[in-house]
Amino acid sequence: MIEFRTVTKKFPDGTVAVDELSLVIPARQTTVLVGSSGSGKTTILRMINRMVEKTSGDIEIDGEDIYALNPVKLRRSIGYVMQNSGLLPHRKVIDNVTTVPVLNGVKKAQAREAALTLLDTVGLDRSLAERYPSQLSGGQQQRVGVARGLAADPNILLMDEPFGAVDPIVRSELQQELIRIQRDLGKTIVFVTHDIDEAFLLGDQVVLLEKGGRIAQQGTPAEILSRPTSDFVATFIGADRGRRALRVEVVNGRNVVVDEDGRPTGVLQS
Amino acid sequence: MNWVVNNLGLIWSLTLDHVALAVPPIILGFLISIPIGWVANRFHASRGVLLTISGLLYTVPSLPLFIALPAILGTGILDPINVVVGLTIYAVALMVRSVADALAAVDAGVRQAATAMGYSAWQRFWRVEFPLAGPVLLAGLRVVSVSTVSLVSIGSVVGVSSLGYLFLNGLQRNIIEEVASGIVATLVIAVVFDLLLVLAGRVLLPWAKADPTARRARRKTVETAIAGPSAGGSAVDDPAVSDPSMAGR
Ligand SMILES: Nc1ncnc2c1ncn2[C@@H]1O[C@H](COP(=O)(O)OP(=O)(O)OP(=O)(O)O)[C@@H](O)[C@H]1O
Ligand SMILES: [Mg+2]
Repeated sequence: MIEFRTVTKKFPDGTVAVDELSLVIPARQTTVLVGSSGSGKTTILRMINRMVEKTSGDIEIDGEDIYALNPVKLRRSIGYVMQNSGLLPHRKVIDNVTTVPVLNGVKKAQAREAALTLLDTVGLDRSLAERYPSQLSGGQQQRVGVARGLAADPNILLMDEPFGAVDPIVRSELQQELIRIQRDLGKTIVFVTHDIDEAFLLGDQVVLLEKGGRIAQQGTPAEILSRPTSDFVATFIGADRGRRALRVEVVNGRNVVVDEDGRPTGVLQS
Repeated sequence: MNWVVNNLGLIWSLTLDHVALAVPPIILGFLISIPIGWVANRFHASRGVLLTISGLLYTVPSLPLFIALPAILGTGILDPINVVVGLTIYAVALMVRSVADALAAVDAGVRQAATAMGYSAWQRFWRVEFPLAGPVLLAGLRVVSVSTVSLVSIGSVVGVSSLGYLFLNGLQRNIIEEVASGIVATLVIAVVFDLLLVLAGRVLLPWAKADPTARRARRKTVETAIAGPSAGGSAVDDPAVSDPSMAGR
């Protein structure tokens, strides 16, 4: 469990990126932070591994103040996946994946063995292990990024728009892959996106953020869809445009679900 | 040709002297430039100051410097140390900018990723930023190498033995072959050094060949290194540099 208690981040230039945020991120679930650009998602995420230092408030992991820990050690115990993969261009795929275990003192041969298994896990062919990142497609690089994030078997995985830079088809594949991996591994995932569909697809809990990291609404996708608590939320999830407003029409004696334009999207099973 | 054949022994031993004088400044200049370039890149305020000072150093004329150094260092006037120190100063002057530029060119995303994974600042520098700066550093080093090899000759004027002796002596005695052999031997050293550096790059930076962004960054620095300190040379005519993908820089 990760807990923020009235956490504020003010950058040296005076920008208050996160204003008195209080948030509980439950263990072994996927929590998605969603909000428009500049709402403070990345800042919140990076305060968890202390890449961004908080200005005030408390941040705890499993009841332990993260400021009581050495930041470098803390980071090695938390997986991090970012947009554009952030792979080290001068190291082969396999060496990218083994980076954190090796930093943690795991023997190289052993780490490599585990890394090959991880490539299987994220759906990458082992033959890519000896390539450099620039020799992979964007989607493949992102998979390596996920494998690297998982390599030290961290309890917590932070993901900052990890699928933001790939085409829709690949993104959809990667999302399904992540759902499968999470079903198997049960990590505490904090996932940042500005795509509300991605948030609803992946999140056990979704946290909708406004500017300054203020929580507009928080809950399961169903809770948020069924009862948006403000116009902001309704607009953000597309409810106001009727985008989420599906209707049932009876066709040939069956309940067909249609969208706002009357296009059929599926059949209700009774 | 007769003169060359009769004096092969002399040419060879002067070549060895020349190499022995050129290698230490290249290595020392590189090593000394790393911390200075790091500081220049790391602290905004220091960048302009350090780069300007190092740029000015390069404009100090070499002959007076070689003559002044014994007084400053307390060395003998004929001591090769003077030439090594003088050339190291020029090497630093050229290389500091390369180091600063090379470090600045390291992708911020990659640096952040390295931090996120749990590299300490020291580990991150040596295992991520420094290697990634490699292609640009190598480009700078090649410029330093050529510059140093050619400047060594001036040491002969102050009596430190190098291939420069062949120009001086050849001119005085009006032996064209002697002058030419000095020039050719210097060129050969410069080319061999350059090949060795390129080879070292191939071995140490195998990833750079695969990485188009590294190639672009490298090309850009060669241009600034050449156009920078040495009287604003026109690297713009170089077809490799006037690549359309770099337009609007
Ligand atoms: N290093 C910094 N210095 C000053 N201001 C910053 C810094 N980093 C972020 N900010 C500001 O803090 C606010 C929140 O930024 P943040 O990167 O957390 O947003 P985000 O929600 O991740 O946006 P995006 O979806 O575009 O990634 C923005 O106004 C941003 O300009
Ligand atoms: Mg962000």
